[in-house]
Amino acid sequence: MNKHQSRAVEKIQKEFGASCVEANDEVTLFLSPDVLIPVTGMLRDQYGFDMLILETAVDYWPQLEPRFHLVCQIWSMSDNDMIGLRVPLNGNNPSVPSLTAIHPAAGWYEREVWDMFGIKFEGHPDPRRLIMPFDWEGHPLRKDYPLGYEEPQFTFNFDKVAAKKPHPKE
Amino acid sequence: MAEYREVSLDDLRNLVSDRALSGETVLLNMGPQHPSTHGVLRLLLELDGEIVLNCIPDIGFLHTGVEKNMESKIYQKAEVMTDRLDYTNTIGNNLAFVLALEKLLDLDVPERAEYVRVILTELSRINSHLIWLGTSCLDLAAMSVFLYTFRERELILDIFEMCSGQRMMTTYIRPGGLWRDVPAEFVPAVQHFIDIFPKRIEEYDGILHKNKLFLERTKGIGLITAEECIQYGVTGPILRACGKPFDFRRARPYSIYDRFEFEIPTEKNGDIFDRYLVRMEELRQSTRIIEQALHNMPAGPTRSTNNKIVPPPRSQIGTSMEALIHHFKLWTEGFCVPKGSSYQTIETPRGLLGVFMESDGGPKPLRVHYHTPSRTNLQAMPIMTRNRFLADVVGIIGSVDIVLGDADR
Repeated sequence: MNKHQSRAVEKIQKEFGASCVEANDEVTLFLSPDVLIPVTGMLRDQYGFDMLILETAVDYWPQLEPRFHLVCQIWSMSDNDMIGLRVPLNGNNPSVPSLTAIHPAAGWYEREVWDMFGIKFEGHPDPRRLIMPFDWEGHPLRKDYPLGYEEPQFTFNFDKVAAKKPHPKE
Repeated sequence: MAEYREVSLDDLRNLVSDRALSGETVLLNMGPQHPSTHGVLRLLLELDGEIVLNCIPDIGFLHTGVEKNMESKIYQKAEVMTDRLDYTNTIGNNLAFVLALEKLLDLDVPERAEYVRVILTELSRINSHLIWLGTSCLDLAAMSVFLYTFRERELILDIFEMCSGQRMMTTYIRPGGLWRDVPAEFVPAVQHFIDIFPKRIEEYDGILHKNKLFLERTKGIGLITAEECIQYGVTGPILRACGKPFDFRRARPYSIYDRFEFEIPTEKNGDIFDRYLVRMEELRQSTRIIEQALHNMPAGPTRSTNNKIVPPPRSQIGTSMEALIHHFKLWTEGFCVPKGSSYQTIETPRGLLGVFMESDGGPKPLRVHYHTPSRTNLQAMPIMTRNRFLADVVGIIGSVDIVLGDADR
């Protein structure tokens, strides 16, 4: 941890009661969902961490408390270092405040996390799915979602496979 | 089974202006099957006459579930899928994956392997920029540049084939080094390439730099400022064309990039023409890096000797019991990676590529996430296309240099 990072980390630990982990040349702060917005706002305005370069989630199923971690990395253009944030979330209807007001880049990242993990972002301006079709059911990157496969359609099983398809072709 | 739902105009109400709902402006669907979208990108454009008021990119048509698939594969097999993401910069994708993994494993990499990695990554950058130059000029109706650039691209693909046996999907960079040492013809072939390439760059420049048609279609179009780039996370040549000398090879050096001398080209205006200038200069700088790496490349091994992770040479299997056991274990069970997570950032031809990797202590990753430049840069499309002509949208897509396999994953 360099001086610039440690000043920010100390301040956040003191003010928001976050815990800090250092591993693999990375500094990560563990936060509760309700302080995520003030912490990212403070990191951007006071310490120059101005570019969001990662926002994704990890699923620890079958563990349920916490089941998900929201993972962010924020880059400082002026000092060339980065700081990580992790927000543990419960498995039952997880939701977290949206970062779009502070980092507009979060728009698509959060749409993808909603799409793939089903984590809701409160206050997101455009909460649609990003990658899967709009009428898809389920959230594919959850660990309890099967990898699945599609049965190849041949002449002998044409009707059987066609019956299972959501939109059978003419 | 899911009920099929029609998209109603209400779903679009938040995205387009009220004028579109009353029929005053036109909503036009561009793509996903359109020759200028470089793959399957769909743009929903709101038009007032020829002027684009609003542009809503829609991605996901090339989603292949790579991240989900990786979770069910051992690390060696998961790496093979990384080539298929950004298929113009395959070696860079491998490098990012391997560096993230080596960080978790705390694995040593021999010097020679590091130099070969840098040479191949830079060749891959040149390859990607050549494809960009050819295809984006094709969008602007300049056919001949495409033929010129693909001539040089062929030389690079020959070098890749010489090393790995594959022209595009190489998977040549492996955890702990390389698949095997480069062949004897490698050094002369790369030397030949860097000897002729600077002259070839002048040829492309000669076609385009003072071409009036090209200038008219690129100058002052697709504008974005450095502040907007940082807000939207846009990196790479687009950010450098706005005047910000930012490059992850300098800002957070990975592999051995801190040993080479190169400049970070910047321009001021942030339009399509400046992105062209930045990329052309990057071709020259990449050639410079290759030259330095080629002349300083030491002899020696190209694979780590840690046989718990790197398979022992084939020749040892007949004579050493230990080697046989390692080989068997590595190809059936794989290697276990210590618990933890790492985030590796590298500079691809398009900008920041970040690989987030988390391990639960087993032989398969718990989660791998590719934070890709194409997806991030596409998000800024509405800013670049606002109040421009419809015909300019084609040029702007070309200048962003998207690869949809990279954006959708």
